[in-house]
Amino acid sequence: MRVAANCLWLGLFGAGGLYGLLMVQRAVDLGFLLHGILFLAFCLAAVALTVRLALSPPPARALPDDRPHYNDAIVRAGVIASTFWGLIGFAAGLWIALQLAFPALNFDLPWTNFGRLRPVHTSAVIFAFGGNVLIATSFHVVQRTCRTRLAGHVAPWFVFWGYQLFIVLAASGYVLGITQSKEYAEPEWYVDLWLTLVWVAYLLVFMATLARRREPHIYVANWFFLAFIVTVAMLHLVNNAALPVSFFGSKSYIAWAGVQDALTQWWYGHNAVGFFLTAGFLGIMYYFIPKQAERPVYSYRLSIVHFWALIFLYIWAGPHHLHYTALPDWAQTLGMTFSVMLWMPSWGGMINGLMTLSGAWDKLRTDPVLRMLVVSVAFYGMSTFEGPLMSIKAVNALSHYTDWTVGHVHSGALGWVGFVSFGALYVLAPVVWRRERLYSQRLVEWHFWISSIGIVLYITAMWVSGIMQGLMWRAYDSLGFLEYSFVETVEAMHPFYVIRALGGALFVAGALIMAYNLWRTTRGDIRESEPLAGSPAMAPAAA
Amino acid sequence: MARFGHRTLEKNSILMLVVTLIVVSIGGLVEIVPLYYLDSTVEKVRGMRPYTPLELVGRNIYIREGCYNCHSQMVRSLRDEVDRYGHYSLAAESMYDHPFQWGSKRTGPDLARVGGRYSDDWHREHLIRPKNVVPESIMPGYPFLQERPAELDAVEADLRANAALGVPYTEEMIANARADAAAQADPESDGAEAVMARYPKAQVRDFDGNPDMVSEMDAMIAYLQMLGTLVDFDAFRAEGEALR
Amino acid sequence: MEYESVRIFAATWGLVALVVMFAVAVAYALWPRNRAKFRDAARIPLKED
Repeated sequence: MRVAANCLWLGLFGAGGLYGLLMVQRAVDLGFLLHGILFLAFCLAAVALTVRLALSPPPARALPDDRPHYNDAIVRAGVIASTFWGLIGFAAGLWIALQLAFPALNFDLPWTNFGRLRPVHTSAVIFAFGGNVLIATSFHVVQRTCRTRLAGHVAPWFVFWGYQLFIVLAASGYVLGITQSKEYAEPEWYVDLWLTLVWVAYLLVFMATLARRREPHIYVANWFFLAFIVTVAMLHLVNNAALPVSFFGSKSYIAWAGVQDALTQWWYGHNAVGFFLTAGFLGIMYYFIPKQAERPVYSYRLSIVHFWALIFLYIWAGPHHLHYTALPDWAQTLGMTFSVMLWMPSWGGMINGLMTLSGAWDKLRTDPVLRMLVVSVAFYGMSTFEGPLMSIKAVNALSHYTDWTVGHVHSGALGWVGFVSFGALYVLAPVVWRRERLYSQRLVEWHFWISSIGIVLYITAMWVSGIMQGLMWRAYDSLGFLEYSFVETVEAMHPFYVIRALGGALFVAGALIMAYNLWRTTRGDIRESEPLAGSPAMAPAAA
Repeated sequence: MARFGHRTLEKNSILMLVVTLIVVSIGGLVEIVPLYYLDSTVEKVRGMRPYTPLELVGRNIYIREGCYNCHSQMVRSLRDEVDRYGHYSLAAESMYDHPFQWGSKRTGPDLARVGGRYSDDWHREHLIRPKNVVPESIMPGYPFLQERPAELDAVEADLRANAALGVPYTEEMIANARADAAAQADPESDGAEAVMARYPKAQVRDFDGNPDMVSEMDAMIAYLQMLGTLVDFDAFRAEGEALR
Repeated sequence: MEYESVRIFAATWGLVALVVMFAVAVAYALWPRNRAKFRDAARIPLKED
């Protein structure tokens, strides 16, 4: 069985290598050639890694005392990759924020202009940082809550390294000008196909682990992870349907056109938020908050209603990105209605997360990691209140196309996704490296406060600039003419772009502190000099 | 633990997967599928045609440089937008767009009707160094467009791919794609009239002012100058309750 | 396909179907016999590992 599986993997990587050779040999453009070389190198390395795994003794599913023998190595890799890509993605965001404030930083070169770097930022934070956090946490949570070892020997590593290859292909492609121009789905057809293969393997590993579980129940966090994986697969396949101009070139044309393509894109785009950045991270919330607070979730029943209502309603919300456009009115109205309804399951989830702390609120004072997790849920509540508000057509008429949207996205991305990820990474590092505790709680405090100030600067700057620009666009003078030219509204944005960049810089600084803290933790260092509160919450997460 | 047989467990997680997939499919099906079948989705208009080969090359440069990150091409049906940019955008105006370029953010102004608003010279100066013509602009410069020859050899394959996806390019258009692309930037050439015959309202000019080469600048300006110029709004009637 | 016929279907059968789906989900969550099951499940993350 194991030999057959290894042979299958070797065969797949061998075939991939041959295809890589073909890519290199017949490439019709430079980008495709470079990506062919990368792909070839990846397949060769994969063959070597598979041989090494095949020759090593097979890992036992259980330890001698019958406890499960968890695959923590893959989670360690995920923690490192998350931290690494987080720094890259946040720094890229800071860079393009500075470009908007100081356009000279574009350098007017093809590879450094805002238009090519903005997708580098969005993909790096959503897919590279967020995706690696999701892979790491889902692999950790599914093992612990099923009390069994992660399924597969080569497969989990294929998922991990295959996903890193996807990230590198995507980001290097943007810089070279290879893009489909569909927001958050910019990678071209061949990168999309590669991600599909990786994603199928991800789904199979996850499902196979669920199938061999030693717990009677599938814990709710796994429902969210499963919905995230399968829905993202569906969205990805439909939205990226495309016809390549040449099978050895990077350019393709999307199968859908005009208004249908617009709605398909925002059905995808909004659910990249709904399933990638929400459902997946709610899976994190439902495991890590109870774990760190050492109490079961407030209401498991609420979590069930939360799950089904959320995944059902989210899918409909896409058209609110297209209010007052050429999309038919009925679709706009439907999108708005479901977006407003979505407020309820969102707040159900928030209440469930926050109330898990009931009776243990004092832990927030002494445990900065738990505080980070809980504040992330508060940000989730805030941005899922703001979202339905902005989906109302009258509000959207003002907010759309402005920085208000950017601010809204970042209150969710920095506050919710960022903080819940940081919290999870802080919990995971001592567990998967088998350390007594984090290197320093005090550095977590620093990270928390610096990042919080950064987020506040960021979102308030974007609120002011967004609402101001929206009002300036629609302002009429006493004679009935538009009061401001477009460029006057651009000029008015400058101070807020500077403040936003400052907020971003603080967020990057916080992430650097985290990286240092995690690195020292992996080495087993413990910062001796800090006065510990000595509360039970400071005790090591059980390893 | 023994009472939970392996088989039932597996069935449960697969059941979970299937039910989840059904639940998340409903919204998308209900919203997207009717857009293909409801007659009122795309208006019947006069004047829409596929992009000329040179415009398509320009459009692909627009995509490559990520212009959509800062510029929308969708005038909403709001008073100030109509006053600022012109008639609100129709679904018909992007019916041949694979993919659409409606955008989501206006760091710069909407471009749906930018065609004919500025001279070719203005566009060239602006693309090379935006601050030269708009001192307060925060747009990056694209001086390299002027130096790079437009990639015209592949344009036939581009048209063919679009045709396969339903864009009404004829065999004649596809066969002449390369020649048409070059001719559109060279008003003196023999092919100039053929371009205008095949593509009504096509603008044939030396867009970048450099007669020695068909540059990426030529293609880009050709694309920008045609945006929003095709539909005959004198003949358009917004009727039908599903329209607006 | 006519807009009007789609609208009528959505306001009748479509509406009924959605209400039924919602009722099923809530009933499953609140069904008394499931109470113990959910209580056990909620404690899974807290088990020693």
